[in-house]
Amino acid sequence: MMAALIFAVSVVTLLMFFVSYCRSLTAASSRYEISKEVRDVTGIHAFASGADFTRVMQLLQLCPERPEDRLGLRAVVYYYEILSLFEKTLARLTPSIQLWAEQERAGCANFAVVTLDRRIAFSREILAQQGEL
Amino acid sequence: MPGPLALAVWYVGIVLEIAFVVCSIARKSFFRYIFLNAYFLLGLGSDAGRYFFLSKFGQASDQYRYAYFYTDALLTLALYLALISLYSCVFGELRFNKYVRFGAVVLLLGTALFSYAVVVQSEQKLATRFAYELSQNLYFVGLVMTYILWGAVLKLRETRTRVVQFILSLGLYFSAYAACYALANLSSQYSVVNYMSAAIGCLLPLAWTVTMLRHSEESRLEPARLLAVAR
Repeated sequence: MMAALIFAVSVVTLLMFFVSYCRSLTAASSRYEISKEVRDVTGIHAFASGADFTRVMQLLQLCPERPEDRLGLRAVVYYYEILSLFEKTLARLTPSIQLWAEQERAGCANFAVVTLDRRIAFSREILAQQGEL
Repeated sequence: MPGPLALAVWYVGIVLEIAFVVCSIARKSFFRYIFLNAYFLLGLGSDAGRYFFLSKFGQASDQYRYAYFYTDALLTLALYLALISLYSCVFGELRFNKYVRFGAVVLLLGTALFSYAVVVQSEQKLATRFAYELSQNLYFVGLVMTYILWGAVLKLRETRTRVVQFILSLGLYFSAYAACYALANLSSQYSVVNYMSAAIGCLLPLAWTVTMLRHSEESRLEPARLLAVAR
């Protein structure tokens, strides 16, 4: 009985901490001003929408990885997938929840855009270093 | 000896623990987060101890089981200390900081003494289901303490990105471990828990290392953005 109770409470808090952790990752990128180059490449001029996420992820795969991005990006991908599933199922019942899920997905897309910007800058640095050699 | 997958996960965990300590030295934050670093250094020591018992007596031996669960309990207590240091960070500027620290230390000592008394009385059962129950309870206490701290972070509008992400990662870690051990107590699939717990063990050093790498001490967050539902 006690084990079942601890299991249920732990799963709920796990989910809550996971959502907050992902929000802390996406929130950190909300103030970042993306470069003109990334705006041109992605076609996103103001703020990304949830639907942009998949396209930006495809662009991300074309750039060399930065090790410090890996965990954050993985967590946000899982978060985006959970949100997408949530939006297609439970969120349909209430428009306000659907709006919240869409805002969260947009935050994930914005995080991916910022990561893309950083990766492009990182690739530039590598190329510049190779040029110096 | 454990299988290649379990060994690989173990080695990854060791590398990540070293990575966090190296990163905090490189970022000149070693002494600022001394208890977090001390936890990983103790973790490296316990890894060495466990490896010694594993190679000398084998995985199925009582010696290895005792070494595993005793070091696990010690590491959990060390993690409580790291958690208390995060409490101190969050409440650092408030007048009742010393009471918070005192309360946390009393809770820590109480948990340690209670666990010790229980272990001494049930020593012969340490290699059985009892060890899982003890770990489950220790992690659950950690989870409750982290949850209270998280509530304080939101209430006090803590903005330091590093502190916020350290606490959230710790919450994830304690929740995952408590759920994992509770699952082991519900069913008897212990081997699954062994793999899961090793993998979960890698998450904390990984998340903390990433936080240390990505964010400087000056990075700030808007606390309102962290709530699951906007106020």
